[in-house]
Amino acid sequence: MSKVYIALQDNDVSRYIVEAIEQDNPDATIVHNPAMIRIENEGRLDIKRETVEEFIGRDWDVQELHLNLITIGGNVDEDDDCFSLFWKE
Amino acid sequence: MSAKKLNLKEKYQLLTRDLDWDYSYEDRQQAFPFEEFEGIKITDWSKWEDPFRLTMDSYWKYQAEKEKKLYAIFDAFSQNNGHLNISDPRYVNALKIFLTAVSPLEYGAYQGYAHVGRQFSGVGARVACQMQSIDELRHIQTQIHAMSHYNKFFDGLQDFRQMHDRVWYLSVPKSFFNDARAAGPFEFLVAISFSFEYVLTNLLFVPFMSGAAHNGDMATVTFGFSAQSDEARHMTLGLEIIKFLLEQHEDNVPIVQKWIDKWFWRGTRLLSVVSMMMDYMLPNKVMSWKEAWEMYFEEAGGSLFKDLARYGIRMPKYSDIIEKEKEHLSHQVWWTFYNYGHAAGFHTWIPSDQELDWLSEKYPDTFDKYYRPRWELAKKMEAEGKRFYTKALPQLCNTCQVPMLFTEMDDPTQLSFRESVYKGDRYHFCSDGCKDIFDDEPEKFVQSWLPVHQILQGNCGGPELDKILGEFYGFNVGADNMDIKGSPDEKRWKEWKGVA
Amino acid sequence: MTLEIKTANLEPIRNTYANIERRFGDKPASRYQEATYDLASKEFFHYRPLWQPQKELNDPTRTVIEMEDWYSFKDPRQFYYGAYVQQRSKMQEVAENNYAFFEKRNLDRLISDDIKQQLIHYLLPLRHVEQGANLNNMYAAAYGTATAITQACLYNAMDRLGIAQYLSRIGLILDAHSGAVLADAKGCWMQDSAWQGVRAYVEKMTVTEDWFEVWVAQNVVLDTLVYDLYYYQFDAWLSDNGAQDVAMLTEFMQVWMKENDRWVDSVMKIVCAESTHNREQIQRWVSTWKDKCVTALQPLASELLGGDALAQAVSVLDKRLAKAGLYK
Repeated sequence: MSKVYIALQDNDVSRYIVEAIEQDNPDATIVHNPAMIRIENEGRLDIKRETVEEFIGRDWDVQELHLNLITIGGNVDEDDDCFSLFWKE
Repeated sequence: MSAKKLNLKEKYQLLTRDLDWDYSYEDRQQAFPFEEFEGIKITDWSKWEDPFRLTMDSYWKYQAEKEKKLYAIFDAFSQNNGHLNISDPRYVNALKIFLTAVSPLEYGAYQGYAHVGRQFSGVGARVACQMQSIDELRHIQTQIHAMSHYNKFFDGLQDFRQMHDRVWYLSVPKSFFNDARAAGPFEFLVAISFSFEYVLTNLLFVPFMSGAAHNGDMATVTFGFSAQSDEARHMTLGLEIIKFLLEQHEDNVPIVQKWIDKWFWRGTRLLSVVSMMMDYMLPNKVMSWKEAWEMYFEEAGGSLFKDLARYGIRMPKYSDIIEKEKEHLSHQVWWTFYNYGHAAGFHTWIPSDQELDWLSEKYPDTFDKYYRPRWELAKKMEAEGKRFYTKALPQLCNTCQVPMLFTEMDDPTQLSFRESVYKGDRYHFCSDGCKDIFDDEPEKFVQSWLPVHQILQGNCGGPELDKILGEFYGFNVGADNMDIKGSPDEKRWKEWKGVA
Repeated sequence: MTLEIKTANLEPIRNTYANIERRFGDKPASRYQEATYDLASKEFFHYRPLWQPQKELNDPTRTVIEMEDWYSFKDPRQFYYGAYVQQRSKMQEVAENNYAFFEKRNLDRLISDDIKQQLIHYLLPLRHVEQGANLNNMYAAAYGTATAITQACLYNAMDRLGIAQYLSRIGLILDAHSGAVLADAKGCWMQDSAWQGVRAYVEKMTVTEDWFEVWVAQNVVLDTLVYDLYYYQFDAWLSDNGAQDVAMLTEFMQVWMKENDRWVDSVMKIVCAESTHNREQIQRWVSTWKDKCVTALQPLASELLGGDALAQAVSVLDKRLAKAGLYK
């Protein structure tokens, strides 16, 4: 299985998003580079609105993710509740 | 009674996809005339999947928020003379390449996506292209604004637009994008959205921008990452177009494969300049070109091609050569620019001893064996007051337009040359990849505006080199070019920092 | 170390980019200037487009209009991307609040069924007209010459997509988000006799070749007439007939129109002042398209607003044309 990945700008909002990712994707690897945080996982990665809202303590629209996004690898599926990256094989 | 909230997909369907209609009074094909000549078969545009379903109200909202943040940082950067915080004035030369080579490509992307954003008859793909078009305009404008402060304090940035159209090494990026824009709409998307955006731009924007942060350049890292936040949308458009074309008709598969082969090769040639920016031009290093290549091309690209295998798509042709080149590329390119430093619009230099050691460590199989001895020689000559510049004009590859500087990968001491004869004329290439591209579309590539040919034909002023550089290219000769040692950039930096 | 910096040393060596300096002198430049002038490539293109081999990639002969300097079309709003999206973001915030308030208070209940039918039949199909406007301004953004005018066309194209989406949302509000009303409205656009002239006019624009001609047919002729009919006259009629709340949902378009008019008027003034050749060409285009447009809009305007509505809109158009120096 190949790895999907996402990189976020290293800022306050991203820290909550990363916490949410860690909770929902316990096997994900988190790497800190200058000014960015890179998260990778085998096959699939989900960023769930509910979990992010829990950490950030306010309403959070999945599309807000784009404010902090640097890059992604994998097929994307985005709806109101979740942003997912995955490989199909 | 509160109305049912539409989910993203339903909302997007009604607000975008449903806007088109079947024509009754004109021939709709005449309104969208360019979809067929490439041989691509589209049977049903409604199968287009929109990965991001961004309506204009959200677009304005989120983009305005990004811009607000970005310009706040630009203002703070210039008010606080942020250029004083960079690691070393050598670093700014990477920005000069960025502004002269890359930023004008963003403009080409705006124009290219405006073209396909008008020409696709499927509204889903069309709107995605329109949004990318306006994003690309954003990118060149924010880059100009980010560099505006540097331009006030450093040489070589001032005439970036004219340089892009005229300077010899800048015909490499320019011809790359001209090639894509001159192609049909589907090839353009495979070239730029898929090959370039999905795989290759990561190498420019991610490790290089991280490098900007590591070298104290707040303005660049901010625009870089802010631009990347749009890039996620663009990358996904790239993956979507590939899947769409491959799913529409099996006859599309070989056409798409041919484009993938062409554009990955063209892309790796274009990125050779980024390899040198990473390895030689960032005083504080983040990762080597080879490491970046492995992470973003081999690993990420590998996963991608595994995913596409089910459609019958294989890795780009010459991937084996590309894999070997990562060991050599940056060294061969920087060495060439060091040799032609008098004719470049930025400064060059010999890596410091510490940097040479870093390169030895990062390239254990090649650097000490092939490249370090050259730098030791250059060092010796410079110490003797004999910094040398190559006087002869280089021969350019007719396809990628890079000077013939690449070697055979199985024998890194042997320069690589290929040639083809077309209608009685002989054309030269740096590689099998570039030769194949020419042979497939000779009528296109015989048109190449090759800067060295143009100089020799007297179309660039001169004939003295200084006149070509000063009058035709618009360099401030003696300030913009030559070694960083003794340059006005270096002198000013020392004054600012109060060092002798 | 910073203590050693003498401010005298920190004087800039130049104030702006060389191309801006050549145009405006060596002085600090605005963000609009640096982001606009001379950005489009003009020379030494490598390959002719496969899709139009008789032209260069960027080619000023894609219109018969001639300009000494295509950068003369300075946008009076001085929109570069950042300024543009921030302006639209403010407008969308107001619109968002209006739509939310309208829905939360179920203000659609206060609109009579007759007026709802009017909106479905006559207002909602405009979203397809806006879609045409999106295509036409994209066309100018793609094939026009020089950033000064092409970027403004691109912003306009995206605005029109946004407006088409706002109009669609009005449809969603009217039927509790089932989408049925939008299908009815599309049926009117496709079949209702009142709309067919307009639809034919829009389709005609999208197969017209000269980008400046398309720009005139869309942004000057059709838009002036349609926006006057809808966002002045129909708006007033709705207010007089107890449906003034609809204006909350079209406020974006009203504010947008006023701002956009400034740009359109400025382009018209500049192009006509450039030369007799241009003025006469624009005049010919305006005459042809105005005739077509009046014929196309006649049935729609009389059904929607009665007798002289169109004549009133035409007088607004004539005033704008006179302001641009046409028909003198």
